[in-house]
Amino acid sequence: MASEMQLPAHEESLALREQFDTAAQQKDASTLGMWIFLITEIMFFGGLFLAYTVYRSMYPGVFAVASTSINVYWGAANTVVLLTSSLTMVLAVRAAQLGQKRLIVLFLILTLILGGVFLGVKAKEWYDKYEEHHIPGPAFHLEGLNPDNVVSQGHAQLFFSLYFAMTGLHAFHMVIGAGLLLYLIFEARKGRYTAEYNTPVDLIGLYWHFVDIIWIFLFPLLYLIDRHLGK
Amino acid sequence: MITTAVQEREHYLNESYGIKSWLLTKDHKRIALLYLFTVTLFFFLGGAFATMIRIELLTPRGNFVSNDTYNKLFTMHGVAMIFFFLIPSIPATLGNFFLPMMIGARDLAFPRINLLSWYLLVIGGLFALFAMLAGGVDTGWTFYTPYSTTYSNSWVIATALGIFVAGFSSILTGLNFIVTVHRMRAPGMTWSRLPLFVWSNYATALIQVLGTPVLAVTIILLFCERVFHIGIFDPALGGDPVLFQHLFWFYSHPAVYIMVLPAMGVISELVSVFSRKRVFGYHFVAYASMAIAVLGFLVWGHHLFVATQSVYAGLVFSFLSYFVAVPSAIKVFNWTATLYKGSISFATPMLYAFGFIGLFTIGGLTGLFLAALGFDVHVTDTYFVVAHFHYIMVGGTIMAYMGGLHYWWPKITGRMYPEGWAKLSALVVFLGFNLTFFPQFILGYMGMPRRYHVYPDEFQVLHVLSTAGASVLAVGYLMPMIYFVWSLKYGAIAPANPWGASGLEWKTQSPPPLHNFDETPVVTEEAYDYSTVIGEEVQIG
Amino acid sequence: MSNDVHQHIDSARTYVLVFLALICLTVATTAVAFVDLGPFSVVVALVIACCKMLLVALFFMHVRHSTRLTRLVVLGGLLWLGILLLLTLGDVMTRGWVGVPGR
Repeated sequence: MASEMQLPAHEESLALREQFDTAAQQKDASTLGMWIFLITEIMFFGGLFLAYTVYRSMYPGVFAVASTSINVYWGAANTVVLLTSSLTMVLAVRAAQLGQKRLIVLFLILTLILGGVFLGVKAKEWYDKYEEHHIPGPAFHLEGLNPDNVVSQGHAQLFFSLYFAMTGLHAFHMVIGAGLLLYLIFEARKGRYTAEYNTPVDLIGLYWHFVDIIWIFLFPLLYLIDRHLGK
Repeated sequence: MITTAVQEREHYLNESYGIKSWLLTKDHKRIALLYLFTVTLFFFLGGAFATMIRIELLTPRGNFVSNDTYNKLFTMHGVAMIFFFLIPSIPATLGNFFLPMMIGARDLAFPRINLLSWYLLVIGGLFALFAMLAGGVDTGWTFYTPYSTTYSNSWVIATALGIFVAGFSSILTGLNFIVTVHRMRAPGMTWSRLPLFVWSNYATALIQVLGTPVLAVTIILLFCERVFHIGIFDPALGGDPVLFQHLFWFYSHPAVYIMVLPAMGVISELVSVFSRKRVFGYHFVAYASMAIAVLGFLVWGHHLFVATQSVYAGLVFSFLSYFVAVPSAIKVFNWTATLYKGSISFATPMLYAFGFIGLFTIGGLTGLFLAALGFDVHVTDTYFVVAHFHYIMVGGTIMAYMGGLHYWWPKITGRMYPEGWAKLSALVVFLGFNLTFFPQFILGYMGMPRRYHVYPDEFQVLHVLSTAGASVLAVGYLMPMIYFVWSLKYGAIAPANPWGASGLEWKTQSPPPLHNFDETPVVTEEAYDYSTVIGEEVQIG
Repeated sequence: MSNDVHQHIDSARTYVLVFLALICLTVATTAVAFVDLGPFSVVVALVIACCKMLLVALFFMHVRHSTRLTRLVVLGGLLWLGILLLLTLGDVMTRGWVGVPGR
């Protein structure tokens, strides 16, 4: 069958790419794609949660002492900051659904700022750990262990390795989120997002909330182990 | 040279030319060919390592290579074959090409992510290749701690990084396939009308997205342990090396189903077409694919039977491992029932399908032997295990891959391969394979450990047989390389449906046009409905 | 194809109320940590965390308006995490339960 060059089925646009038949199909597919990506992230963080669970069950006393040495007030404050950023993010998504360009930009910028605050506090917390010699390595030493010997110091190092690995991976995801927010802000200022097409805002919102949920678990698991025993 | 009198149609291969049109393509068919090229290179790389291994094993003493070098050979053979050939092979080549066509779609849901997946495989492959050329890695493809984290002086991190990047390639492909099957099916293409190849790739995609991220985080932990000595797998700090094994095998066991499920999907297609019969028990086969995907995640502890895993956990994993064999067996029974009273033709793809059914059955049954705790204690880490997984991976997956390549070659290239030579290579592969790997069952049972190149004299005869088989097998794999390339220029022009197969991919031209179909198909018939198919006759030798 | 997700636009008030609930739960979990509940401390902490997760997922991530498939995906992810944790802990916590002959 001879035929001329096969033309695409329709004009391609942002809201309706070539491979899709309708804008609704594209939005459904993109949303499903983001959700599947998020469950890969659940499994990705899951490995660290597994390591944490295993070692906490093996060394509960040491983990409690180590946890109490972390400043719970900064941690709680940071949790509030991140939750607030989730609020501003979902308000940005709402504004996008309503096509309210200025509100989209406003809420995205607020989210970015709050995310930045979170990261700043995190950096301060890590610096505190550095000062207290709680960074795993040759200079590591945790006070308050009973018994206090090489073995228990080793176990305490495990806690902090997990602390840095988990909060570090989380922070890394926040940095990526911040980059994505910057991109959204630039595009939103150009008027790219309307009631008809706002999928990127929606999807990046899902990502942001997911990163928040990870922190919702990290906070009690890392900061709140048997606080009643602490200083 | 055969020339065609008809003015050449426009199709996906000639609608644009030049290197940019390939490296920046969004067309799933071109991306499939990019993958085909890449995985074939890694297949031969892995084969080169295998050749060196088999040459070394001709003699009972370590004559040709040192212990360290031998460790590197089997490690790099495993890494190349598993992560850069087997895992991507069928899904990223045949799956990429045909999944959209089989469901009546113009492309996958996310074409640019598809291209990104290929680039990730290439980048990961380059890291691994660098590690191999710079001196190699000697930890075994399993990277067990504490050797990999503390004692190995080889290129562990570079290799692990390569695998890490390639893992994201796999995750993105899986994500793409899942969304595509859910959201891009043509009108009338219900789940119950999907070809079983689609079901298999869908089940595979589920494994890819759920399992691979755990491998990724495990590699990160390996990196942190090796570079920063965080102690997570180090007993000196209270860490547990077996935790690494849990994390590693949580992915790597389902990974073997990533490698075999798409192969089973190919076999369903081949057995149906070449018996001209619907697959018997279509729904059973479809659900069995899903069952394998799910159950495959519940058995990883059978790799840890002798690794100080608790006896209770061993019991649970052993029991579950028996379960996972059931859906595989269901498939074998259904294929066999499909053959019964079918109109069977012995074209090359069918020869490979027969080979698969027999060899996969042997491999699968020996898996049951290994699932028995008591027996496993004796044969674990011996050549019995090596033979078991090679029967599945080579006798199973690679045979299915070859069968699929031959079956779909006319559609992909618009050319027929030479049937006589193809049948001969199938036979050579089958004979070579059995000569290579059957002796290994005996060797393992007799106590020959895996990953050793020094062995007692009485094992030499079997090793020599195995190496002889490997040389025959190599010939069997080289032949298609030659005649496939030959066919691109000199092969008979293929019609749209040379096999008289059902399925949407056969209803469009060979090679397909850029957007697959001139009009979006509307599906009204069940899968494998041969009553409505008109095949065009091509002389099948 | 269901497009309910875009039609259902929650009010800003809903979001603020959910946010306030999240803050209360954060305060609660922090305060409870200072109370000696023995082995139940971790249970309470995880229950509160799960409640917060549900609030964020259902309201902020619009899961309560989403398709069945989306919910299945979420459930699947959580179930798979559960498999990883449960079966590994099944090993770690039962080591030493059964003596090894000869030891």
